[in-house]
Amino acid sequence: MNEIETRVRAAIRDGFRQIAPEVDVDEVDPEADLREEVDLDSVDAINLMVHFHESLGVEIPESDYGKITTLDAMVGYLTGRLAGQE
Amino acid sequence: MSGMYLMPALGAGMESGIVVEWHVEPGQTVSRGDVIGVVDTEKGAIDIEIWEDAEIAEILAPPGTTVPVGEPLLRLGVAGDRVPDPPESTPSPPSQARRRVSPLARRQAAEKGIDLTQVTGTGPGGAVVMADVEAAEQPAAGPSDAHRQASMRRAIAAAMIRSKREIPHYYLAHTISLESSLRWLEEENLDRPPAKRILLAALYVKAVARSLEEFPDLNGFWENGAFRPGEGVHPGLAISLRGGGLVAPAVHDALTRTLEDLTEGIRDLVQRARAGRLRASEVTDPTITITSLGNRGVDAVFGVIHPPQVAMVGIGTVVERPWAERGMVGSRRTVTLTLSADHRAGDGHGGSLFLAGVARRLQTPEAL
Repeated sequence: MNEIETRVRAAIRDGFRQIAPEVDVDEVDPEADLREEVDLDSVDAINLMVHFHESLGVEIPESDYGKITTLDAMVGYLTGRLAGQE
Repeated sequence: MSGMYLMPALGAGMESGIVVEWHVEPGQTVSRGDVIGVVDTEKGAIDIEIWEDAEIAEILAPPGTTVPVGEPLLRLGVAGDRVPDPPESTPSPPSQARRRVSPLARRQAAEKGIDLTQVTGTGPGGAVVMADVEAAEQPAAGPSDAHRQASMRRAIAAAMIRSKREIPHYYLAHTISLESSLRWLEEENLDRPPAKRILLAALYVKAVARSLEEFPDLNGFWENGAFRPGEGVHPGLAISLRGGGLVAPAVHDALTRTLEDLTEGIRDLVQRARAGRLRASEVTDPTITITSLGNRGVDAVFGVIHPPQVAMVGIGTVVERPWAERGMVGSRRTVTLTLSADHRAGDGHGGSLFLAGVARRLQTPEAL
């Protein structure tokens, strides 16, 4: 795991701790749709986006929300965006 | 004037709460609206606020104490007054050397393996009584999740039974195209950073609030055989909790807030509801409830009114449908709005005008 991915995974863990504290990220199927897997709703989703913006500096446009519906996709998307910034 | 600060009733069906912590100490001056402590209930830990300017004279219920609704938590003095010295009989933590324990409490503690030196005494002279030992069995943070869920389920059951027994509901539904509003929203959010983006939920809340201004007889309570209008428009937002159950805390003063401000409020409210950190006023103030099963794929929700409120607005999932308009059939994103209302407080005619008003306002979001 490279440094960027480590940062991304830490930000995701931290985000879930704040926004969905009852969710154990380690127990979540990384390929499952988070809306179904952990009952994430649109308000949780925007709160996560705000968290990623504040913690990683990655601003996710609304039109990309549909691309990050699973944990794996989230890691991939954020890692890609961060790598692109460097 | 001095008085008592009592355990508030934080929702229908609440019988008692557990003091988690105090943010105040004797002698401290507090102002109306200050959060003075935290009480654990089946709705989670709730920040309790004080409703007058006062000075805290004495803490009567230390953390860990279970206190029935309406029983005193604090003794208050008038702000600015000198705090009187506590009378001799005031419970205060005595030194361990001469600590008194009731026989029943001692037996109970021995049975449960509870260390009496760790128990706060609330009996005469700070003596440890049975209730203190029982409170000590619970962790200070409150009851277990399973216990909380069970009592929340019971509270919901009691409120819903009362609703269906007492409230003659009537139901209305109205499906509208949201296409132009969603396009407006997408455009509006395009250049905004995530924290400033407007949520569709804010549009719903504002449209409902604006229509309530026009139809105030849906904004309030049915009590003792008569309608009492709400003071202000504070829609409660039904928020499902992932562990089970739901809460419907108020979005305060929805009428006067901007969509941006409402979005921020809703985001904060949902996050705190799920973390179990609501304010007492948010739990007790809703004048109507809005329930949205927007992410769950159902077309429409016909809510059960939360007594003593007189109405609930239901919002279904935004779904793409074939839509006829001006003689043409096209594809539009649509939503079905519903109203459940108390027929004692009003009639379907008023309800339908209200719902049409919500629909009209939702379709002109730039005016909200």
